[in-house]
Formats: sequence, structure tokens, C-alpha cells
Amino acid sequence: MSFGEQLPIVFSALNTGFLQTLRLFLVTLVCALPLGMLLALGEMSRLRLLRTVIKTVVWAVRGSPLMIQLLIIFYFPGLVFNTPLWGSGESGRFAAAAVAFVINYACYFCEIFRGGIQGIPVGQEEAGLVLGMKPVQIFFRVKLLQVIKAILPPISNEIITLVKDTSLARIIALQEIIWAGQAFMKGSRGISGAIWPLFFTGIYYLAFTGLLTLLFGRLEKKLSFFR
Amino acid sequence: MAILEVQNLRKSFGSTLVLDDISFSMEKGDVLSMIGSSGSGKTTLLRCLNFLERPDAGIIRVNGETLLDASAASASDFQRNIRLKRLHFGLVFQSFNLFPQYTALENVMLAEKLLAKEQPDWKEHKSSRLQEIRAHAESLLADMGLQDRMNNYPHQLSGGQCQRVAIARALALNPDILCFDEPTSALDPELTGEVLREIRGLAARRTTMIIVTHEMAFARDVANHVIFMDRGKICEEGTPEEVFSNPQQERTRQFLSNYAHQ
Repeated sequence: MSFGEQLPIVFSALNTGFLQTLRLFLVTLVCALPLGMLLALGEMSRLRLLRTVIKTVVWAVRGSPLMIQLLIIFYFPGLVFNTPLWGSGESGRFAAAAVAFVINYACYFCEIFRGGIQGIPVGQEEAGLVLGMKPVQIFFRVKLLQVIKAILPPISNEIITLVKDTSLARIIALQEIIWAGQAFMKGSRGISGAIWPLFFTGIYYLAFTGLLTLLFGRLEKKLSFFR
Repeated sequence: MAILEVQNLRKSFGSTLVLDDISFSMEKGDVLSMIGSSGSGKTTLLRCLNFLERPDAGIIRVNGETLLDASAASASDFQRNIRLKRLHFGLVFQSFNLFPQYTALENVMLAEKLLAKEQPDWKEHKSSRLQEIRAHAESLLADMGLQDRMNNYPHQLSGGQCQRVAIARALALNPDILCFDEPTSALDPELTGEVLREIRGLAARRTTMIIVTHEMAFARDVANHVIFMDRGKICEEGTPEEVFSNPQQERTRQFLSNYAHQ
């Protein structure tokens, strides 16, 4: 098959794979951001036990490879409890991958949020208190936007890493874009022994992270009206 | 009746006694200057009055109403209605602490707006209330000479302008007593002048104020009462004339001599 004939076949396969990549990315983002915020609030709570538990979880999750976490979450229920928790096929693999990614990224986001919130000068809180504001009002009306501005660079870093980390789900055979590209090496849809589709997946990542970079640049600019 | 009575206020941080049996009172319209070296407890005293610190003992009374009786109050009593108690006092910080994402005008309006929203009739009178609050904030800023800077963000203002916004913001809730915690310590001499001018203006309009400052000339001529603090105690107090020209305590003389060449 000539290169010209391969091209549309590869494109269509890679597009399908990228859709799965995108889905994992979005689900992780949408769930891990609020979960990370909850964890951050827990880590700053007055309850010592809660703080200790969260700190331990964050340590364990940040301290071990995401690939191992994926494997454990995917295989553990079936191997140990003999229950196929995740269901079969692609949807089961996706659910397991999503859970692993959400937990992992929530822990990273948690530390970024905590740093951002604790980095706001204590004078902001005190100024609000002296003006008779409630703690909730101080958080939402005074601190939140400053926190968002402060954490935008580390968050954008983390989100761009997430785009590429989704490829780790290949380890449990999730049919994301790397899986789709690799398939043409062994042979798929009449093409075999072709490694260029795998290389070509890099373009998808570059295009997507480029888009995100532009988006975050715009957000940062939007928040540049104050210092 | 005294507008403010402080009796036997005591506060320690760990084993360090920061406020040791502080008692004083003020009448409406009084301007009290509080002087003393760093670490003598002046700032902690202001923070206790504004309920940013919880005193270990003592009584704070405003207009005859006991806001705090530390010997009777548990931690939860201290917290109860703490917001409303705070509104008797205003506080202007050394480092301004303006809210950076709001314009000068929004900084002044924010707290009043949030309080107005708690009123049951807020919804019906929303637009007229907002107009009132805005007009009030604008007039406060104009009083501070900032009519042209109302829509600027704090980072677009000089330190002196920021501090004047902070004063307007503290005045917006009509506190009984306005406290200043070294309001010019972060400013160069030129900007210091413009802030002190506004505080003098407030004194002329009979605003009740407690001013912690290291500007001795200002402390002397703006106040009708001066307290010199040393190591958590009121070492000497009296009229500016008494404290500055005829100090009784050796420690006061020693402290003031450091400023003699200024």
C-alpha cells in the first residue's frame, strides 16, 4: 500500500484514538479539579486526623508511578476480590483509567491549591475580617481570584502534563492514540510494520498542547488587570 | 460617657507577656497617639481592639456596652457576634491591605455592599441602596483627595494614595473608633506627608482615633492624649505637652531622646 493510500486509514484510526485520549483528559480535569480543591481544604482543616490522612494519601499517590497506580486499580479488584469491578471491554478499561487519573491529578492539584491559598498574604484575610466580612465572603470575594491568578502557571503546567500522561493508559490497553498508532506496527486495517503512525501521534499532542498554551496565555492576560 | 474603656487588658504569646494590665479610656472625638519602641505591644493592643487577637484577660467596653470580658468569655463567646463587635472599630494597616482585584471605589464599597445584602429588604431596594453606597464611597474618596483615582486599581496608585483609599475603606462602615497601625511606616517622607495631612483632617472633623505611629511630631500635634508604651505596659500617659515636654519617667525621656535630632 502506498503512503498516499495509508494516510487516510491512519488518520481515521488516530482520530478515533485521540478522541479517547481527549475523553480521558476531560473527565480527569472535570473531576480532579474540584476533588483537588476538597482535598486542599481538608489539608488545611482544623481536624488533625483528616490532615494526616490526606497528607498520607497525597504522599502515596505523588510518590509512586502513575503507571503502577493504573495497573493496581485496573487489576486489583479482579485479582484479589474476584469481582470484575470495571466491567469488560473498552468501557471498563476507561473507567479504571479515569479513576486512576482523577485520584492522581487531584493530589497534584491539591498541593497547588493549598500553596495558592496559603500564599495569599494574611493581611487580606485580616482586612476582610476588620470590615465585618464573613470567612466565606472573604474566601470568595477577596481571595479566590488572587488564588486563581497565582496558581494559573502551575496549573497549566500540570494540565499540559496530563495531556501527555493519558498515554500511560496504554498499559491497560485503553485504546487511546498511542495504542491506535502502535497497532499499525503489528498490523491493522491492512497496514503492518509501519512505525510512522506512532511517530505521527506526536503531532496530535503538539497541536493540542499548543491550543492549551494559547488558552492559558489568554487567561493569564485576562487576569493581568491586577497585581 | 467614655466612648471606649479598656480595663486590665492582658495578652501573652506563649510565655511572652505582650500586654500587661493595660487600662485607658477615651471620649468621643478624642485622638489618642500611641508611641513606644517596636515590640512594646502597641500593634497587639490595636489587634485586640479589632478582635484579631483574643486577649487573655480584661474588658473592652464601647459606649458603655461590654464587647469583651475575657475573664467571663469562653472561646465560643469570643467568636459570637464577633463580626458585629468588630464594626465598632476600624483599622488602617501599615501595609494597606487593599484588595488588589478591586478598584479604589470597589474597595471602599465592598464591605458596605455585603452588609446591605444581609438586610431583609435588600431585594426591594437594591438599586437605590447600591446608589447610596456608591455615593457614600465616592464622597469618602473625594474627602481623601482621590476623586480622580476612584477607578484605578491599587497597583496603579502610589503608596500614599493606597493608604488614603484604605482610610476611606475603614471609614465606610462608620466605626466608632478608627485605629491606625503605623499608617506611614511603609511610605517615603513625601507620601507620609499626604497621608498625615488626611489624618489631621479627620482629627479636625472630630473623628475618634487611636494612632500608633513613629512620627513623633505628628503624634504630638494631632493628639489630645498620648500613651507611651514600654514592654507591654503603659509607661506614661497624658497630654502631648506632658508626655513630650515634661516626661516623668526615665524610660520615656530615653525613648524620646532618640527622636530629638529629627
